[in-house]
Amino acid sequence: MASFTAAAKFLAPVAAARSGGDSRAPPPPFPSASLRPRRKPAPSRLRTVLAVSSDVLSGNKSAPAAAAHSAVTREEALELYEDMVLGRIFEDMCAQMYYRGKMFGFVHLYNGQEAVSTGFIKQLNQADCVVSTYRDHVHALSKGVPARSVMAELFGKATGCCRGQGGSMHMFSAPHNLLGGFAFIGEGIPVATGAAFAAKYRHEVLKESGPDGLDVTLAFFGDGTCNNGQFFECLNMAQLWKLPIVFVVENNLWAIGMSHLRATSDPEIYKKGPAFGMPGVHVDGMDVLKVREVAKEAIERARRGEGPTLVECETYRFRGHSLADPDELRKPDEKSHYAARDPITALKKYIIEQNLATESELKSIEKKIDDVVEEAVEFADASPLPPRSQLLENVFSDPKGFGIGPDGKYRCEDPLFTQGTAQV
Amino acid sequence: MLAAVARRRLGPGGVMGQQLMQALRSTAARSYSAAAKEMTVREALNSALDEEMSADPSVFLMGEEVGEYQGAYKISKGLLDKYGPDRVLDTPITEAGFTGIGVGAAYQGLRPVVEFMTFNFSMQAIDHIINSAAKSNYMSAGQINVPIVFRGPNGAAAGVGAQHSQCYAAWYAHVPGLKVLSPYSAEDARGLLKAAIRDPDPVVFLENELLYGESFPVSAEVLDSSFCLPIGKAKIEREGKDVTITAFSKMVGYALQAAEILSKEGISAEVINLRSIRPLDRAAINASVRKTNRLVTLEEGFPQHGVGAEICMSVVEDSFEYLDAPVERIAGADVPMPYAANLERMAVPQVEDIVRAAKRACYRAVPMAATA
Repeated sequence: MASFTAAAKFLAPVAAARSGGDSRAPPPPFPSASLRPRRKPAPSRLRTVLAVSSDVLSGNKSAPAAAAHSAVTREEALELYEDMVLGRIFEDMCAQMYYRGKMFGFVHLYNGQEAVSTGFIKQLNQADCVVSTYRDHVHALSKGVPARSVMAELFGKATGCCRGQGGSMHMFSAPHNLLGGFAFIGEGIPVATGAAFAAKYRHEVLKESGPDGLDVTLAFFGDGTCNNGQFFECLNMAQLWKLPIVFVVENNLWAIGMSHLRATSDPEIYKKGPAFGMPGVHVDGMDVLKVREVAKEAIERARRGEGPTLVECETYRFRGHSLADPDELRKPDEKSHYAARDPITALKKYIIEQNLATESELKSIEKKIDDVVEEAVEFADASPLPPRSQLLENVFSDPKGFGIGPDGKYRCEDPLFTQGTAQV
Repeated sequence: MLAAVARRRLGPGGVMGQQLMQALRSTAARSYSAAAKEMTVREALNSALDEEMSADPSVFLMGEEVGEYQGAYKISKGLLDKYGPDRVLDTPITEAGFTGIGVGAAYQGLRPVVEFMTFNFSMQAIDHIINSAAKSNYMSAGQINVPIVFRGPNGAAAGVGAQHSQCYAAWYAHVPGLKVLSPYSAEDARGLLKAAIRDPDPVVFLENELLYGESFPVSAEVLDSSFCLPIGKAKIEREGKDVTITAFSKMVGYALQAAEILSKEGISAEVINLRSIRPLDRAAINASVRKTNRLVTLEEGFPQHGVGAEICMSVVEDSFEYLDAPVERIAGADVPMPYAANLERMAVPQVEDIVRAAKRACYRAVPMAATA
């Protein structure tokens, strides 16, 4: 089966994957594998997570990690670095602005998870789609939405990417094919599956082919979502119809205060892929180069029409679930463990050790991003609030809601339409 | 006015369409009440789907049993053979999933028609209908519109029990960003479904299972492939001067029967077929009430927060001085639909209930006890 041959590639050291059927293979070195209850019942207290250190950080060059990703060019490494730094500095600025009262409502920050967004989205073309959750600022930035548009949207100004009507949780950008920004857990997954369906439909029914193959859609969602019915419904249909989609699980181990291990009967999410016939891959989501490697392969697979992949990225959010979350339930040693695996620090170390750039070049990138984000805040501050007339706009795409006439034009534009009732 | 609106030539209907066009031009001045033929609502929906799929290759149908089974109620009969499995998709039983897939496809410019086997099952997908379809054009400030149609049978059938009998008109009409249509006759079914499919916004299309087999006369204009009815406009099914009765879907038929009975007793009832629950044709309703001064609202769904409540408020807001009697509201009983046939009959409005309410509206001066 094509899906299993492709899965064999994922059995390379970069990730621990299972292609279906081989239950006698030794379990992969997955962090929580040691915590899965074998014979003894699991202790009822919260389990700590024993995580595998990033090979990059530990400098273990002989380990498969060094061979785990193809060579990164200087340009690419700097692009990845800049994108992650942009995500980090932007989110830190959001926190500042929130505490100063410029941002309001629900704000969910992405600190610590940058490797997943950068690693995946930087492999996409403009025509490829991204669907995200409420933790979507950095996905928007990676996809190319300007920082000033995102910041203005967060401030609720008319110059935001959605003119202030969406807000933090509903980032949409049609030119960048960013299809939202959804508040409900799991809501984005079927929408992403639909976008992938549309890509396949355009190719096969409408016969509009892109030069590279099918347009790919990435669906980002968290560990809690993997217990939701819609997730499984879409794994089924995406594989059934071989849709060009990659399901990217950002497993940061926590919902709000609910640990993934307390909520899930089998916490190894990547295993749920093969249950539906698609490859399931686990990757260290704190290492952007490993993520990038897995992303390349999954996206190429989808583009060739071989169907979906489920990628579980082990990652961590350094801040609380949202800015309103006091974050008291996570243990300090877990937090410090992951802080030591900061993806930006890891990439910086790699770049310097591989002599791809100097320390000062990286510092100048950080300075540049600082300026970009400062400018974004100034722009958002100076932007006007939406005008009163904007309240009632855009409820319908059709201006007055009366639909389209047989001549193909909006009925409300026909001067005769508003006279009397329709008598046919 | 009809002759002034240009018509589109579309698809395979084109050849027949041209002959019809010539016939139409020569009869433009005549009224269209003379029926050319009869058509069932099922045939009307099937032909509308067929013509729209043929005219626009981005229209596709998805739902349970729509393909090989020819549709749970045979509405999509023949479409799989004609358009193939890429455009007529049999889905697994996953309303939330496939409705969301339809919405995502609509975000990317396709025009899905999502069939719910009954609208009761739409509750499994209601998050997508409301949060990712209805609200998206607003949340994205006009960047992403959702040209999707959600259709299927709505309301009570016969003896199908509480979980298969609810009317969702009030639920969906509550939400800004959705258009909610409910046809009665074959002409309504054809015209409104075509309008819905061509519409750039999400449309909830509430059919009725018991109407599928009913035949209605259709004029030549209705059979033309470019025929489509306006959204947001009601139809005066029967003119009258003593009391206005508003209804939609199956209840229009009951209202017409009641009007017949009332006319024999000297009460001339005006029956308005709403056709569009959202946007509601407030102008037509108010114009009619200003003429008759009495209003009876009729619907099959539960009474509290229903369509009738909205219509009553609209009339109170716009035409209060014109009312000569309090507005009468007829709705289904405020209970989940019972199964026993006699109880079911009591739980849904019957023609006698409409007649009684209309008489109450007309003779309000008579004490309630005397009319019991």
